Amino acid sequence: MSDVKAEWPLWEVFVRPKAGLDHKHCGSLHAADAAMAVQMAREVYTRRQEGTSVWVVKSSDITASDPGDKDMYFDPMEDKVYRHPTFYELPEAVNHM
Amino acid sequence: MYTQAMDTAPKEERKAVRTAEEAQLEARFEARIDDGAFIEAKDWMPEHYRKTLVRQISQHAHSEIVGMLPEGNWVTRAPTLKRKAILLAKIQDEGGHGLYLYAAAETLGVSRDQLLDALHTGRAKYSSIFNYPTLTWADIGVIGWLVDGAAIMNQVPLTRCSYAPYARAMVRICREESFHQRQGYDALMVMMRDGTDAQRALVQDAVNRWWWPSLMMFGPPDSESTHSAQSARWGIKRISNDDLRQKFVDATVEQAKVLGVTMPDPLLKWNDERQRHDFGPIDWDEFWRVVGGHGPCNKERLAARVKAWDDGAWVREAAMAHADKQARKQAVKEKAA
Amino acid sequence: MAATAESVRLKLTPPVQYVLRIADTCLIHAQRLSEWCGHGPVLEEDIALTNMALDLIGQARALLTHAGQLEGQGMDEDQLAFLRDERQFFNLTLVELPMRRSSAHAPGGDFADTTLRNFLLATWLKQLWQGLLSSSDAQLAAIAAKALKEVRYHQQHAGDWVVRLGDGTEESASRMAAALERAWPYTAEMFVADAVDGTAAEQGLGPARSALRSAWLDEVGAVLEEAGLKPPADTPFLSTGTKGVHSEHLGFILAEMQSLQRQHPGGQW
Repeated sequence: MSDVKAEWPLWEVFVRPKAGLDHKHCGSLHAADAAMAVQMAREVYTRRQEGTSVWVVKSSDITASDPGDKDMYFDPMEDKVYRHPTFYELPEAVNHM
Repeated sequence: MYTQAMDTAPKEERKAVRTAEEAQLEARFEARIDDGAFIEAKDWMPEHYRKTLVRQISQHAHSEIVGMLPEGNWVTRAPTLKRKAILLAKIQDEGGHGLYLYAAAETLGVSRDQLLDALHTGRAKYSSIFNYPTLTWADIGVIGWLVDGAAIMNQVPLTRCSYAPYARAMVRICREESFHQRQGYDALMVMMRDGTDAQRALVQDAVNRWWWPSLMMFGPPDSESTHSAQSARWGIKRISNDDLRQKFVDATVEQAKVLGVTMPDPLLKWNDERQRHDFGPIDWDEFWRVVGGHGPCNKERLAARVKAWDDGAWVREAAMAHADKQARKQAVKEKAA
Repeated sequence: MAATAESVRLKLTPPVQYVLRIADTCLIHAQRLSEWCGHGPVLEEDIALTNMALDLIGQARALLTHAGQLEGQGMDEDQLAFLRDERQFFNLTLVELPMRRSSAHAPGGDFADTTLRNFLLATWLKQLWQGLLSSSDAQLAAIAAKALKEVRYHQQHAGDWVVRLGDGTEESASRMAAALERAWPYTAEMFVADAVDGTAAEQGLGPARSALRSAWLDEVGAVLEEAGLKPPADTPFLSTGTKGVHSEHLGFILAEMQSLQRQHPGGQW
């Protein structure tokens, strides 16, 4: 079982495809540090096209609003962007994949 | 590339709904699905919905990664520089697709490392098509034509999956997939039309070996699919296995005629009444054997992935150690300032 | 019809050999890099290494096509890549050394060897491409302009990894030191002065390798220092791939790379 501490953190990637447009969220990737995250984001999400702008943000640094429909809100106070395992420990026995 | 293994997962017990509140939430959830609404990462969802998606998305991701291996087998032997570049780009796309899918799965509360651990310890499955060997260069073309063709047929409906991060990943994947099938078919066309007799024999031999496994990519017959009903109810599975399989046969038979190859099925025939092709019985023993871990390359594929992961451990650890050192240096600097 | 395809025989003038040195270095390095496809230490880096291989194949194709034109017998990129004999390949021996896979007669390399070699080579190629921007051969200058953008990125990416691994854990530091011991002697060949280079410099075709040494040492030295790595002392060892006399590895590389074309004379792909 891999050591959770050694796992590279998750980063969210935002790409501006063309000058004049906004940055758009594309997905995420794992990287050890910010410099790697930006490089990898270009490799994975833009295949290194010229002129694009790439932002990377650690997923844990993003604060998210509650889901719109208050009646659907079931989880305890959780302002992180995903249900993410590094935010809480998953018991090993529960991992039925 | 798609995995059919979702339907073959062990039967999971649905927990009895515990409270009236949960029952109400689930009813509201199903109403949203019926409305065609998208579910996002933080929306309330039944635990079973979440688990099903984690399994399906991650196994789809594993399929992409393992799928890099049979094609990777021929990169160093590609017959021209153009074909070498095309193949490398295609395999790289597949790695990227795996990455998008792991990212989608991670929105549901698992980490990529946990998912990889499930793959490496044999708990998670991947599409069984990748447990077949690539024995000649023609196999590479046939994989592009048949295996990617089948995958595309499975993937397009998934762009309308109710779980939005998965649907978005599928939109990105389908957009990039457009050249995969075409390059394979093109490679075969050149060999059949302009190649030597030996090359044409290679192509027909590859078709003979990959046809039936390609049909198996669509999973067991509808009558035997245990999870399809629930997945259809939740907008995860939009079209049945048999329907997709039939669509694939009908499209591919025409393409085979243009190529000048025959399928290894004496019962394959146009049925005027049904307006579809009839085809012969699939050997489901072979299917279950391969899905169960006893196909030609199962052990090698998994061993290759485990080795790559284990051999890379020191690299991943070093990168984190360096990042930690840099972070500490930065903290000291900021304190001093 | 012959059972196997025959080799092509090149008329080697200095400009042809000069161009082939760069082309073959890019091609064989790409061939080695592509061994990592599907086996990388992490998915993101797998994709990055493949991107690098694709860039290098693109550079090799452009250079081989041009070499074929210069050579005058009308050979194309594939004839040159797949039907030349080992003695008419002119890559640096450095790029033949094992990267990931071991063979029956040689142990494999590891990711330390790979990323260090990427860095040392990209730094060298960058100097070369910069010098070629002002080549008297317009085609070569055009190829250089495109390649320079790509190789700058390769150098940055690989250099970052050298630092990460050199200054990471004890294990990564010792692997990097071992990789440096293995690779360093083969870098001497990057700066040899010979008649081919002499002619190229005279004709304004491109820089002599010997002119690249001090800039290369400065750049490489800075990154190695940041990584906490120290190059071994120089020795009299000199590899000779650029003269067509290779290590034992190239034979295996070419046997694999050229196998299909050799087996199918006249085949169309």
